[in-house]
Amino acid sequence: MDLSTNYLGLDLPHPFMPGASPLVDDLDTVRRLEDADAAAIVMNSLFEEQVVYEEVSVISYMDTPAFSSAEALSYFPDSDSVSLGPDAYLNKLLKIVEAVDVPVIGSLNGTTKGRWLEYAGLIQEIGADALELNIYALRTDPTETGAEIEARTVDIVSEVKKSLTIPVAVKLSPYYTALANLAASLEAVGADGLVLFNRFYQPDIDLEELEVARVLRLSDSSDLLLRLRWLAILSSQIEASLAVSGGVHTPFDALKAIMAGADAVQMTSALLKNGPEYLSIVKQGVATWLAEHDYESLAQARGSMNHQRCPDPAAFERANYMEILQSWKAEP
Amino acid sequence: MNPRRKITIDGNEAVASVAYRTNEVIAIYPITPASPMGELSDTWSTQGQANIWGDIPQVVEMQSEGGAAGTAHGALQTGSLTTTFTASQGLLLKIPNLYKIAGELTPFAMHVAARTLATHALSIFCDHSDVMAARQTGCALLASGSVQEAHDFALISQAATLRSRIPFIHFFDGFRTSHEITKIEELTDDDLRAMIDEKLIDEHRLRALTPDRPVIRGTAQNPDTFFQAREACNPFYRACPEHVRQTMRQFAKLVGRSYKLFDYYGDPEARRVVVLMGSGAETAQETVDWLNAHGEQVGILRVRLYRPFSLEAFNEALPASVEHLAVLDRTKEPGAVGDPLYLDVVTALQEIRDDEGPSRAIPRVVAGRYGLSSKEFNPSSVKAVFDELARDRPRNHFTVGIIDDVTHASLPMNRLDIEPSGRVRALFFGLGSDGTVSANKNSIKIIGEETDNYAQGYFVYDSKKSGAITISHLRFGNEPIYSTYLIQQANFIACHQFNFLERFDVLETACSGATFLLNSPYPADEVWDHLPTEIQETIIDKQLRFWVIDAYKVAKDSGMGGRINTIMQTCFFALSRVLEPTHAIELIKDAVRKTYGKKGQVLVEKNFDAIDATLAHLSEVEVPPAVTSSFSRPPIVSPEAPDFVQTVTAVMLANKGDHLPVSVFPPDGTWPTGTTKWEKRNIAHEIPLWDMGTCIQCNQCALVCPHAAIRAKVYDPAALENAPESFLSTDYKAPDFRGLKYTIQVAPEDCTGCSLCVEVCPAKDKANPRRKAINMEPLQEVRAREQENFDFFLDLPEVDRTQIQRLDAKGSQWLEPLFEFSGACAGCGETPYLKLLTQLFGDRLLMANATGCSSIYGGNLPTTPYTTNREGRGPAWANSLFEDNAEFGLGFRVSVDSLSGRARSLLQKLASELGDELVSELLEAEQITENDFIAQRARVDILNQKLAELKVPDAQRLRVISDYLVKKSIWLVGGDGWAYDIGYGGLDHVLSLNRDVNILVLDTEVYSNTGGQQSKATPLGAAAKYAAAGKSQPKKALALEAISFHHAYVAKVAFGANMNQTVQALREAEAYPGTSLVIAYSPCIAHGYDLSQQVVQQKRIVAGGGWSLFRHDPRRVLEGEPALKLDSRAPTGKVQDYMKHEARFRMVEKIDPDRYKKLQALAQDQAVQRRAVYEHLAEMTLPRAEASDEPESTSP
Repeated sequence: MDLSTNYLGLDLPHPFMPGASPLVDDLDTVRRLEDADAAAIVMNSLFEEQVVYEEVSVISYMDTPAFSSAEALSYFPDSDSVSLGPDAYLNKLLKIVEAVDVPVIGSLNGTTKGRWLEYAGLIQEIGADALELNIYALRTDPTETGAEIEARTVDIVSEVKKSLTIPVAVKLSPYYTALANLAASLEAVGADGLVLFNRFYQPDIDLEELEVARVLRLSDSSDLLLRLRWLAILSSQIEASLAVSGGVHTPFDALKAIMAGADAVQMTSALLKNGPEYLSIVKQGVATWLAEHDYESLAQARGSMNHQRCPDPAAFERANYMEILQSWKAEP
Repeated sequence: MNPRRKITIDGNEAVASVAYRTNEVIAIYPITPASPMGELSDTWSTQGQANIWGDIPQVVEMQSEGGAAGTAHGALQTGSLTTTFTASQGLLLKIPNLYKIAGELTPFAMHVAARTLATHALSIFCDHSDVMAARQTGCALLASGSVQEAHDFALISQAATLRSRIPFIHFFDGFRTSHEITKIEELTDDDLRAMIDEKLIDEHRLRALTPDRPVIRGTAQNPDTFFQAREACNPFYRACPEHVRQTMRQFAKLVGRSYKLFDYYGDPEARRVVVLMGSGAETAQETVDWLNAHGEQVGILRVRLYRPFSLEAFNEALPASVEHLAVLDRTKEPGAVGDPLYLDVVTALQEIRDDEGPSRAIPRVVAGRYGLSSKEFNPSSVKAVFDELARDRPRNHFTVGIIDDVTHASLPMNRLDIEPSGRVRALFFGLGSDGTVSANKNSIKIIGEETDNYAQGYFVYDSKKSGAITISHLRFGNEPIYSTYLIQQANFIACHQFNFLERFDVLETACSGATFLLNSPYPADEVWDHLPTEIQETIIDKQLRFWVIDAYKVAKDSGMGGRINTIMQTCFFALSRVLEPTHAIELIKDAVRKTYGKKGQVLVEKNFDAIDATLAHLSEVEVPPAVTSSFSRPPIVSPEAPDFVQTVTAVMLANKGDHLPVSVFPPDGTWPTGTTKWEKRNIAHEIPLWDMGTCIQCNQCALVCPHAAIRAKVYDPAALENAPESFLSTDYKAPDFRGLKYTIQVAPEDCTGCSLCVEVCPAKDKANPRRKAINMEPLQEVRAREQENFDFFLDLPEVDRTQIQRLDAKGSQWLEPLFEFSGACAGCGETPYLKLLTQLFGDRLLMANATGCSSIYGGNLPTTPYTTNREGRGPAWANSLFEDNAEFGLGFRVSVDSLSGRARSLLQKLASELGDELVSELLEAEQITENDFIAQRARVDILNQKLAELKVPDAQRLRVISDYLVKKSIWLVGGDGWAYDIGYGGLDHVLSLNRDVNILVLDTEVYSNTGGQQSKATPLGAAAKYAAAGKSQPKKALALEAISFHHAYVAKVAFGANMNQTVQALREAEAYPGTSLVIAYSPCIAHGYDLSQQVVQQKRIVAGGGWSLFRHDPRRVLEGEPALKLDSRAPTGKVQDYMKHEARFRMVEKIDPDRYKKLQALAQDQAVQRRAVYEHLAEMTLPRAEASDEPESTSP
């Protein structure tokens, strides 16, 4: 079965790849992913906030007690060889680029424009084949409008695009009022693809301790539905590549995403749960299903169920919601 | 040949640079002020820097200086070029090996940053008592007096030892030279290669022990031969001075700097000459120039090669014109005819006359002593000596630099300022934590390396670890700087902390017209009214130019937090005009880039922002013509303080201890305890305040407080009668003290603001859980009010110890702490244990404290934290040494047992006179509970009354020691450096004896006091000095070693993980009739995280398997139970859960992530395995032979 696809201008033998995650922390895991036939490796994000916090805190814990006592001019060994900043990330990226033959996609989450550009440049320089911009921030300032936020997002993508030669994907959250418009604007300033969607970490409350609890919930197939809708809508509106991220756990999930218009299928929770080798199982399952259903190639299925081509486009719009409500009956 | 660079470094680095490059093996052990030499060597070795032969020297940290010397001896014997660094007590520990190394004629140069030996007190500062204690070992002694000389002599000593085969001790003055930063010319590798003769190295190799050419050394010799064989080395000693002379000549030819064995400086026809060695000679030389320029004819004779002492060279160097000679020793040898250098000079002159005949006129010689423990030796001191020599009969055995009003040996001094007026002399008053010193070090480097100016920096630190004050002395000028003394007249003074103005006289040394820069929260047009009278007066009288900047605001606005260093540095350059300001700013930025650039850009940018914002905020104050202030500097201590505190301690606190005369001091090092309470430091910006409505009355805040600055009490409601209006009090809730009132009170002026109490507080305001039952509030707003409340709180009666029903974590906090307000770091993880110890057993506590952090915050003057209860009882505390603390404390036990044994036998003898009932009660009463002790003390009181009436000698004998009838609690306290490393031999032996002593190990997993060197307690994967790449061996299982004795009580505790278990373990250890060992997990700033988070971090460590809690009580074996009880559950997490929160682990990851990953995996393995051992022990019952009895304690 011909599963080939083109994502961000990269010709890939098939659309399956790990999503941005700690899977890449370990070089052995990365090799296992390659052995499982991942079409590309997506790095976890270089988080500017994390870099800044770490630089400031580590240096302050080391520097503040220094030169306070005649007996101890410092409390740590010479720290010149400590590299903070983005070095650790870049080193990891370099090792992965050197270790694998498949394309490597860097990922970046910045907070300041200067650093978006600086880090994006460094990631390209290290040898990433593409860059995923992880536009992932919770805006809580009541004076900031949606239009301003969207304009800034477009501006960052535009600037990054101008300064890079490698393709750029933008990973979005689903919480934009006018996602279709934003997608079009991003494409207009050169975004090579969109990744749908980011999953926000959602804080919980610990009732006993009166604390905000951090929980990390892995996705399941139910998370896919939100993505299917927007893949279906956007794939009929823009030319840029689309990747699904979040909710693909079975070959059926993957098929649905592809039919909704995904050029690439990123899996994270499924691989964290089942191991890197699971990637090839999903890939194989998709190939088998397509063969069993007499498809010629994956290309034939891609976008077949999108907003433009599906038999019932209204189902992707508001009516869908209403019908479900109407069909729901209370237990007797 | 490469041109020589000019570099700006301190003496330690100058010496280490040469020693490292000219050796193959370096054996080290940390000791102030020599530690940086070892640290640098370790860093260079880790970085792969090569010596002059292209090899990377092997650096080995040993368990003590004795160990380092043994290792050096072994490496030398087997043919390696070997060095070591040390000071003070460390040198003493090396002496046995030095005799051996010298006796075997082994080329070896070691480097000593000379430091005072501990006598009546420990001192980390400089004198020559340590090197003088090694002068008889057979080693050559070579003295350098400046950073450049130390650099040069490091090479000359290495070259000369190879030529002469006599081992060399090269020494230079601790701190004054070892820590002074100055510009020197660096010796190149080519210089080093040119001076070190390869042929001599080959000879050294050929003398090495090897089975390929076997010889034997270290034989034992007998009366028939030892003496003659010992004399066989004489030719080598005779030849040695000539070897040194030739080496110096060769050096002069190569490098251009010329040295002699004895260097004379001054008028060639001088009639008055001073002999001395070390850094003091620099100041003496500067003063001689000034005196001769003012019409005098004087000179100095600088001793370079002290041993072997060359009569010939001495004779040659000393001008024939000399009539009066003063020999200055920087050591004290009580009881000797004179101090050592004096005796040598007198003998030398006598022998010269013997040789040359009676016609040879020899000068009249007097001895003087100066500079003990870095006492200032400045031009005033030098002039005082020359003035004395001008008298017909100069007095002998004088001292200079102090006021001796007891034996009246001191010379009178008049202030003399001889520094050239064009020289910039700048003083900076800062806090350790605000970065003042690092900025100043930077400024010196900038000026030293970017201009032709000479530059010198010297830094004075106070003895506190929290809120420590630093004073930086910086000199710049176009003439060489020989001033090895503190600045006496400053033309620039910067005060980086506004509140210093009310604590001491920062403008005392300001010269007329000087610039005064103040970091002030008030702007230029308001600041004047906020200055105390004294400061206003000085500014007007001395016509100072006065500038202010709100550096904390600039720092905050640019994201720098509390680091104001680059801001104040920028102001200095703007005002001092040492450099053109725009140029200076560029250079400051370069320096910032060098410091932080490798680590990351963020701090570079923040610093740049701060620098750029500075000048706009710097403004000159228009000084009014008259003093307008309505307030003066408050008294240093409260008028209620005892006399001694008023007359002695307060003077020391005011930074004027130098003015105290001999007569005020106890002659034997005995000082009153409980003086920290008079030193109100006010170092917290915010302090915790109690919200009694939210409080659940758990007392955890009081337990964790490292400074006893937050306390709990229950008391009768009637006691509130005269309470201040703002005093908070609420009903006590639990049944044990129902009906009483309850208060949590902070000591506002003693709190360090660490906020550990707030973090541990489990109670949350239900409507606003961000607020707890204690919350941090700004000190200034509540200081006076809370001080009044705290005073009232202290006056409330103490809780009746006998009424406490459960002595657990909560119950322990009803007990009065007898360890309070120490100078330990904010958030210190050691002091909560010590405080608890004094709460539980303080009134009968004898403490032997190993040298280290706990002896510094426990016993460093001016004020000390161990205090007394209302009956005047409290911990009796002493520090002997670092290495001997277990033995020292055992001595307490043996002695206390002996005295109580004698008291008991006298009691029996006097039974008929005293009454059998009283005697038998005194002898037999149990002493376990609080009631028991109270009853026994009451009996002793009755006994004492009766004894006073008995007129027999035995009654008086018993009266003196009757207190020993009350059991004493003996604790041997120290850190892991002591217990795991240097003191382990003694600790092991004490454990083996099973006498009733209790050992508390404050395990910070690193040498904390000397700045974070690894110990055997350092965990796998942590970075520490001497393990810069992360320690690759596991932490030693000290508890298991102790358990191997079977008879020892052994516990591991971590108060943050389980407070009740900590209290229980300390109580059980104390009650256990044999030896007890409690190993206490103690978070430390050397771990690299915010210590207010230490409670949760301790929980993580226990949950991650890094530290198990248990109590091993051998008595359980008798009951057929496993001796070990595990108090912490099986780990629920992994070691990485806690490792990732500490910079000591993080930095290993940031240096080498792959290595870190491996270390982390090993650490995980190790944690799991050690846990398995404990679990095994916790399940293991030991079989008993049928005939065995209860073990008998050797203690009565």
